Amino acid sequence: MSKQTPLHRAHVDAGARMVDFAGWEMPVNYGSQIEEHHVVRRRAGMFDVSHMLALDLDGADARKFLRSVLANDVAKLTVAGKALYSCMLTPTGGVIDDLIVYHFADDRYRLVVNAGTADKDLAWLRERIDRDAAAVDLTPRRDLAMIAVQGPDARRLCWQAIPGSEEATGTLPPFHAVDCDGVLIARTGYTGEDGFELSVPADRAEDVWRSLLGAGVAPCGLGARDTLRLEAGMNLYGQDMDEDTSPLDAGLAWTIDFKDENRHFIGREPLEQAGARRRMLGLVLEDKGVLRAHMKVATEHGDGITTSGSFSPTLQQAIAFARLPLAVAPDERVTVDIRGRMAEARTVKLPFVRNGQCLI
Amino acid sequence: MSKVPADLKYTKSHEWIRSDADGVLTVGITDHAQEALGDIVFLELPETGRQVAAGDAVAVIESVKAASDIYAPVDGEIVDSNADAVDAPERVNADAYGNWLFKLRPADGASLDALLDAAGYEAEIAES
Repeated sequence: MSKQTPLHRAHVDAGARMVDFAGWEMPVNYGSQIEEHHVVRRRAGMFDVSHMLALDLDGADARKFLRSVLANDVAKLTVAGKALYSCMLTPTGGVIDDLIVYHFADDRYRLVVNAGTADKDLAWLRERIDRDAAAVDLTPRRDLAMIAVQGPDARRLCWQAIPGSEEATGTLPPFHAVDCDGVLIARTGYTGEDGFELSVPADRAEDVWRSLLGAGVAPCGLGARDTLRLEAGMNLYGQDMDEDTSPLDAGLAWTIDFKDENRHFIGREPLEQAGARRRMLGLVLEDKGVLRAHMKVATEHGDGITTSGSFSPTLQQAIAFARLPLAVAPDERVTVDIRGRMAEARTVKLPFVRNGQCLI
Repeated sequence: MSKVPADLKYTKSHEWIRSDADGVLTVGITDHAQEALGDIVFLELPETGRQVAAGDAVAVIESVKAASDIYAPVDGEIVDSNADAVDAPERVNADAYGNWLFKLRPADGASLDALLDAAGYEAEIAES
């Protein structure tokens, strides 16, 4: 039996096509995935992301503990409400999960982790807290719903829909969050567009959702969320990286902070020893067809593999992420095996699209 | 609810088949199939003249979500494929029964008996 989010009734009312996703019954679309994609690039759409788990970490050792379990360095977070993207690594340098960490105070943080990895993450963090005898309390926040409102008009429509939010967030910079009458409003997202991610008490979630609908924000499903993040060059856990993948091979080197040589975060040594062995680039298909995950890519420097792929509604052609030999550069010709048919593609730097603009 | 016109035949793999007066079969995908696939972005249709056997994968439909094979409902020869649908695959989403994919002349003795009627297909999709 799949779990339902506090917005389940609102999805059914809006005519959503519901699917199982990581044990949750979630909307995949409300009619057309492509229209939902375009509405986020051109105006504003919203996604129920309540299946993701918010985890509060409180205690005197919270900062020290996160500097050890996260590969990015929370010491960078000095302003209350500042957010950071990070991987959490295994001792062998594989990726347990990718997450956003919010800093409220040096003894108060919140992690937002993927739905499919939430139980595993919780078990891992508890084990590490016990092992270190760290003064950290871990509180899963299943009492919160989360709504991502994304697109060039997203902030303006949130201000219309949520009383007091313009005063609270009018000057909020990207990757910062602030409380507004019990709703945490973060200027973050997973689409490559401006917008907010709202953490709302579950019993108020449907009211907030309906206010946003009333302001003209279109409900969008997980289908559009996937093509938007793909165009935006953002990794999906379990697809573009996992426990058997080094973040250095998955385009995530920018999130691994080696600067403080005294910070012995979990997974550091194996990453430093191995270095990067593969390179993540984008592919644009020049032939007809659609790229998907797990397609073999032949290059002048050896073979690689696609990790995610789809049809890009913005570019109107197929795109993919590919894990390739280090020597492959952007703007090289490669060949992709599409179910036995050899198709021509070109390598590009990621992202493909940012803030509505095509970058390739 | 998906539409299932009474005058067509169906397969369990979600093709619809219309028998024309000259014996040629027109084949497309059902409304149920287009809805399950989501936005269709690419069609690869068989070449005219190709000899096919019942159950052969003869065409590919790619939606944003996934690639799906389309199967020949009976033995025969491909006599036409719908270039308009290739140029604008989204038409299949808009009207799955108005936008056929290919036409097939059944081989001598090929039987349509194994195909489902509308009631049989409705029962099939009600189970899934």
